Amino acid sequence: MSLSASPQNPPPYAPITWRGLWTGLRLVLPLLPGISVFGAAFGAGAAHTGLTLAEAVLSSGLVFAGAAQLVSLALWQQDWTLASILAITLVVFAINARMILMGAALHHWIKTAPPRWRWISLFLFTDANWIVGMRYHADGGRDYGIFIGAGLTLWSLWVVVTIPGYLLGSLIGDPHVWALDMIMPMIFVTMLVPLWNSLSATGRSGFLALMPWGVAALTGLAIHATWDGYSFIVIGALSGALTSALMPGGERA
Amino acid sequence: MSALFTVHGGAFLALCSMALASYLCRVGGVWLMDHLPPSPPLKRALQALPGSIILATVLPLGMKGGVSALCGLAAALLMMILTRKDLAALSCGMIVVIALRQWGF
Repeated sequence: MSLSASPQNPPPYAPITWRGLWTGLRLVLPLLPGISVFGAAFGAGAAHTGLTLAEAVLSSGLVFAGAAQLVSLALWQQDWTLASILAITLVVFAINARMILMGAALHHWIKTAPPRWRWISLFLFTDANWIVGMRYHADGGRDYGIFIGAGLTLWSLWVVVTIPGYLLGSLIGDPHVWALDMIMPMIFVTMLVPLWNSLSATGRSGFLALMPWGVAALTGLAIHATWDGYSFIVIGALSGALTSALMPGGERA
Repeated sequence: MSALFTVHGGAFLALCSMALASYLCRVGGVWLMDHLPPSPPLKRALQALPGSIILATVLPLGMKGGVSALCGLAAALLMMILTRKDLAALSCGMIVVIALRQWGF
């Protein structure tokens, strides 16, 4: 069954089907253990910092961005001023700025979403459904339900696990030992293999084709080594994209 | 118990402001691409962008995660190149990280 079909006059938009929603849920399954522990760790940190349970759950439900939420705890206040709200907002923006680039990179699929779903569905945009969506679209999939299904799954789980994390925080062992900090980077790295095709589509060969990625990697490492914070992602990624823009090639694609 | 369910006014404003910042990041790139005129350099930039995001994210995080993390990432990548199966790659990488961390790396 389709949520957006009009049989006589098919719209130019991607379909959103129940099956797609379900597939989206299935595709993020490998990520759920890591995300549960991450979300619970935020809940535990929030309890420790002095947020109420309701505030912790609101943070997960509204902000819905793990790294930003965790870092925001370091800037949390008991008495808020305009200046401290502005500061915490800027930090959240800086940590999530990578999603601006991710949105641009996935624009070719997101633009096909039915208009009334488009801006709402982007509330559910995370690293996880970016990576799952990139892969699914690159493999020829078009059902926008995958994006929404993956996002809804992640959001619900994220909000729910905040609660036991908050109440039972001290029971969580060391997530480091079980490599839970590495699940997302691991999935990111495997994506490089199918993405290689998009880079070869620039029509450059061998070493030249790899140049933008090399620049992104080296810049990211250099920024990470010299600056605190998360600017290494955005600056590294932009330097790779800029390198590709300035290089010849791409006419073939 | 009721203290658990309190939301302080200032905290609520801060959370709303943080939520707005996150949402602007989520829609910003999409909105921007709606409004930028397509051009060959932009197309080339976008072709390199996803991999650039991944490398600029993963390598620094790998360095931070230590030897175990870097070996795990390499194992996952190798497995993906060999089998093209993401679950195999993910499991392989995770096993390497967990094993190395058990042994104190």
